[in-house]
Amino acid sequence: MTKDVGQQIIRIIAEQAMVDEAEITADTALDDLGLDSLAMVEVVFGIEETFDISVPYNANDPTESDFELTTVKAVTEAVAKLVDEKGAE
Amino acid sequence: MRRVVVSGLGVVSALGTGYAAHSEGLREGRCGIEPVSRFDSERLMVKIAGEAKQFEGEDHFDRSEIALFDRVSQMALVAAAEAFDQSGLEVGEASAPRVATILGSAMGGLTTQDQNYYLVYHEMKNRVHPFIVPRLMNNAPVSQISMKHGLMGPAYVVSTACSSGNHAIGQAFHLVRSGAVDAAVTGGAEAILCFGGMKAWEGLRVMSKDACRPFSKNRNGMVLGEGSAVLILEELEHAKARGAEILAEISGFGMTADAGDIVQPSEAGATRAVRAALSDGAIAADEVGYINAHGTATAMNDRVEASVIRGVLGAHADQVLVSSTKSMHGHAIGAAGALEAVATIMALREGVIPPTVNHEEDDPDIGLDIVPNTARQAKVDAALSNSFAFGGLNAVLAMRRWTGA
Repeated sequence: MTKDVGQQIIRIIAEQAMVDEAEITADTALDDLGLDSLAMVEVVFGIEETFDISVPYNANDPTESDFELTTVKAVTEAVAKLVDEKGAE
Repeated sequence: MRRVVVSGLGVVSALGTGYAAHSEGLREGRCGIEPVSRFDSERLMVKIAGEAKQFEGEDHFDRSEIALFDRVSQMALVAAAEAFDQSGLEVGEASAPRVATILGSAMGGLTTQDQNYYLVYHEMKNRVHPFIVPRLMNNAPVSQISMKHGLMGPAYVVSTACSSGNHAIGQAFHLVRSGAVDAAVTGGAEAILCFGGMKAWEGLRVMSKDACRPFSKNRNGMVLGEGSAVLILEELEHAKARGAEILAEISGFGMTADAGDIVQPSEAGATRAVRAALSDGAIAADEVGYINAHGTATAMNDRVEASVIRGVLGAHADQVLVSSTKSMHGHAIGAAGALEAVATIMALREGVIPPTVNHEEDDPDIGLDIVPNTARQAKVDAALSNSFAFGGLNAVLAMRRWTGA
């Protein structure tokens, strides 16, 4: 499951960062991809639409929620957790 | 050079209908932001707004009028009627072509669009009410005001998102000052508090779910509002000749484009606009006693705006009073500049500085006297009102207290 989530997240991020998916690994930091605030909002939207989940994200303070938008790995884990929580409802 | 004064005001906002109610709210530091009540908010993530709860079109218009007026036009017409009453300006056959009508509105009859898209896409209706277009068109409030009061001069709507109101007042100011007209009915109107309107704003992820706290360290986003404010501008001698009560002088206007980012503000672009307004109004930086800030309560705007103010005013920034009245009436987008011009005129005329409410925690990045939570008495000779719109469009008004000369 997590591997599949990871690949989908790489696809979403690669599209916004306008880079090849092959250039992104689990350890890639989102900051290093040059994603600006609009692109971050689009990444969050892409994730929500893909996984049918709601990501707690406020552009005013991206660090205020537990949802980590640091590395691809952190995002993948956070999404997997939200997907699990949704399944458990 | 012809001078331009304000001789009438009318307001509809979350603080009340009419200047008396609105200004009382500002003086009391009352927050008009509450859970939305006019539609079902269950599927919204952000459920608060500065609704003009007391404003019902049915209290002001008959059924045939309501059929033609979206809420945005209803509020604009009520504000305009009050402004005309207060100014006593009479428009006759000879003067009508010399009176302009220039309003700001970012989204026009959005509620009408929202409701009717719902009908055709969701309820699969194949027919809509015949007046949808005259209700939703952006110029509807301007056209309705010009028709109601027989104003036959230049008339149009300015649409520059959050700066629409200031751009409209600035355009009206230019028309009066240049001699193109003798008077102008100006301001802004916005009624975006419908399900689709709120959803669209939610998407940007810049809205607060709990409160509008401009300049507070724990601010977490903007809160939408709605309403209308209408100002009557007149050439000074025109106003004096008919014995009008002069409420304030509009002395300068500055406008710039960042040519940068579609949502991120630019310090350079805003700074140029503030400087342009001061220079146009021949106001020295240390004369400015009050600034009605754009103050949206987003992390970014407030930090950039504070830096702009410190940059332009230099050491005087430590003395100037700065407040964001959006903390009380919400961000009324295309009406914001107009509502805030009213607050600025109140400060000049009554010597009462409206506060920035919901202030909880000082932010060292701001470092200004933001008049936290409680209104303050202060004599102000000159004031600025800032609007910095998405799309990088900045508009700043400079005003002076009317001293009788």
